[in-house]
Amino acid sequence: MARPAPAPSALVRLRAQVVKEMLSILRDPRSRMVVLVPPLVQLLLFSFAATLEVRNVDIAVHDQDMGRWSHELVARLDGAGFVSNVRPVTGSFQARALIDRGEVIAALEIPADFSRTIAAGGTGRVQVLVDGRRSNAGQIVVGYLTMVAADVGGEVERAGSAATAADAVPASPVAVRNWFNPNLVYQWFIVPGLAGILAFFSALMLTALSIARERELGTFDQLLVSPASTLEIIVSKSLPALAIGTVLALLMVGAGAVLFGIPFAGSFWLLLAGLVLFILSVVGIGLMVSAVSATQQQAILGAFAIGVPAVLMSGFATPVENMPVALQWLAQAIPLTHFLEIVHGSVLRATPAADLLASLWPLALIALVTLSMAVVFVRGRLQ
Amino acid sequence: MSGPRRFDARRLAALVRKESLQAVRDPSTLLIAFVLPAVLLFLFAYAVSLDIRQVRIGVVVESPGAAAQELAAAFAATRYLDVSFAHDRREVAGRVVAGELRGFVVIPQDFEQRLARGGDQPLVQVITDGSQPNTASFVANYAQGVVMTWRTGQAATAPTPAITLEPRYWFNAELESRRALVPGAIAIIMTIIGTMLTALVVAREWERGTMEAVMSTPASVAEILVGKLLPYFALGMLSTMAAAALAIFVFDVPLRGSVAALLLLSAVFMVPALGQGLLISSLARNQFLAAQVALFSGFLPAFMLSGFLFEIDAMPAPIRAITWLVPARYFVSSLKTVFLAGDQWAVFVPDLLAMAAIGLVLFTLARRATRKNLER
Repeated sequence: MARPAPAPSALVRLRAQVVKEMLSILRDPRSRMVVLVPPLVQLLLFSFAATLEVRNVDIAVHDQDMGRWSHELVARLDGAGFVSNVRPVTGSFQARALIDRGEVIAALEIPADFSRTIAAGGTGRVQVLVDGRRSNAGQIVVGYLTMVAADVGGEVERAGSAATAADAVPASPVAVRNWFNPNLVYQWFIVPGLAGILAFFSALMLTALSIARERELGTFDQLLVSPASTLEIIVSKSLPALAIGTVLALLMVGAGAVLFGIPFAGSFWLLLAGLVLFILSVVGIGLMVSAVSATQQQAILGAFAIGVPAVLMSGFATPVENMPVALQWLAQAIPLTHFLEIVHGSVLRATPAADLLASLWPLALIALVTLSMAVVFVRGRLQ
Repeated sequence: MSGPRRFDARRLAALVRKESLQAVRDPSTLLIAFVLPAVLLFLFAYAVSLDIRQVRIGVVVESPGAAAQELAAAFAATRYLDVSFAHDRREVAGRVVAGELRGFVVIPQDFEQRLARGGDQPLVQVITDGSQPNTASFVANYAQGVVMTWRTGQAATAPTPAITLEPRYWFNAELESRRALVPGAIAIIMTIIGTMLTALVVAREWERGTMEAVMSTPASVAEILVGKLLPYFALGMLSTMAAAALAIFVFDVPLRGSVAALLLLSAVFMVPALGQGLLISSLARNQFLAAQVALFSGFLPAFMLSGFLFEIDAMPAPIRAITWLVPARYFVSSLKTVFLAGDQWAVFVPDLLAMAAIGLVLFTLARRATRKNLER
């Protein structure tokens, strides 16, 4: 197929194809809606839902003491911000049943000699039963409870040395400052990450379907007999996904800035560069999936089977550092991992360009590899 | 329409056979029903870990004194911190901005004087990387713990605490987050098969126009829908059993409840899952739309709003209200119970009723949507 293709006509052809691909996605008002609206709704919904804090939990208390210090402990527990209700129980059997049913996350067992032991200068021991089905939340609750107990302990000390009531509060030996996010607002972390994930899924699905849909509907043969070259087909299939993914991610980062007051500290152009490289590498993966799929169903499910594990390993839900070393290496091959570094670095930390390069070049490499493999795959499909 | 058609078991059997063959012949069905679940369980067992370890921090020792060196050594000796030392805070500040360190501890020039003076003046400063809030609060709390423990060891007259808590974790004494995550992951897998796969398969028939063709045969709408759904119901149950076996025998998650309860819960969960898939396909009638809607209304809520990874109690009230509509929420709660706690019917019965009720509503809506499609 050696045909002389003068530059202007190739460009015109390319333009026509890009317009056609754009239209095939955005022509139908329902798919226009489904491309743009759900990701934005999800962003709002999930940014509030995705928190690893613990709030509004019920705690059962079996107080066998009913003395001064057990009352103090229960009162402080009642006033603690993370507790919604303190539920007094009269036996350990009842406490056990409440935990079994999942109505309380923890139950405190205060022994009968609790206040007496403390008054005598000893250590009052409280047994805490925790629902291990919620192992993570349970550990956080135990941490909060320890702080409440320490507060009561401070009260005990003050009562002992009655004279120095005010100033004997044992201060923390460390002064903490949180950079970039002084109040540790979780949304500031989650929104930029969600923007990346939702853009990732949109771009992946759009490109995965692009060639598979033509094959299923039989229009791919028409494309084959048209004068368009492989490269032109690939470019025209990638550009709409690239545009939609980029716009979507920027919209979501912008929504985060407006709704949650996330300070945009870094360079917009660096973020944009990272975003384009990121979407390009995703587009490459999507095209490969599309080239090997015979039907739309295969393309969608294939994209899904790649996308979900990729999100899980990207460090969005839990840090990459927590993973076994072998999986940490594998995580480096996932574009989302690097993009999360870039988006967190440039939105909050204002990471300088020199340091962002450490994440930009792997992304560029991945994009190069996935796109050239996509060319090979699509070319194989064309022959 | 020539009067109501009778429900015919033989016709149904033929339909089920046809759909089953169609499902099994497509490699993507098997990928989603058996390969993806195995990969997901593996990742939830090993990659997704909420247990923090080896956080990289810097320790800046500005004071030359012996006590400062000892405290620095105490930081280096901890299991959870990966410490790099510096003498100037400017050395580590840049590495925090670059994301290489998650924070740093400054042991100040006048550390020895502060220590001697006592009182409530802070001894050291901790700077954290707030762009990772969870890790940041871990670093702050853990650093505080290290300093307090070190100071208690220093003082000869260590005061005994007035109150100590003795936590005991039921159902998961070893506190492995995988034991809580793997059972929940089964709910995600079932949502993928029940909602995602079904939505795609039925939407394809509408998209290609073959649904109308099937509808014009003597088979009734009910037979056609049941014939379509039964194979996916069976596939979902098979996949659940495979995932449960993997969880128990490979990932070391105990099954303290009965297999019968597990199967009952899974079977009832398939009702809303399939109903949602059917409803999506009838409304979308096109595979791209169906996939996107199933992703955003089925998979992501099951992931984010089911209490599987994120605590429902901690969400704001309007979002907690939305979680009541997510069938996976009830399934996750019961799955964790049947695996880790045992047969607690006080937990199962309300969950089963809620799942069945949501399923009923979804099927009613799907039926109405199917009929509308045929009328236009």
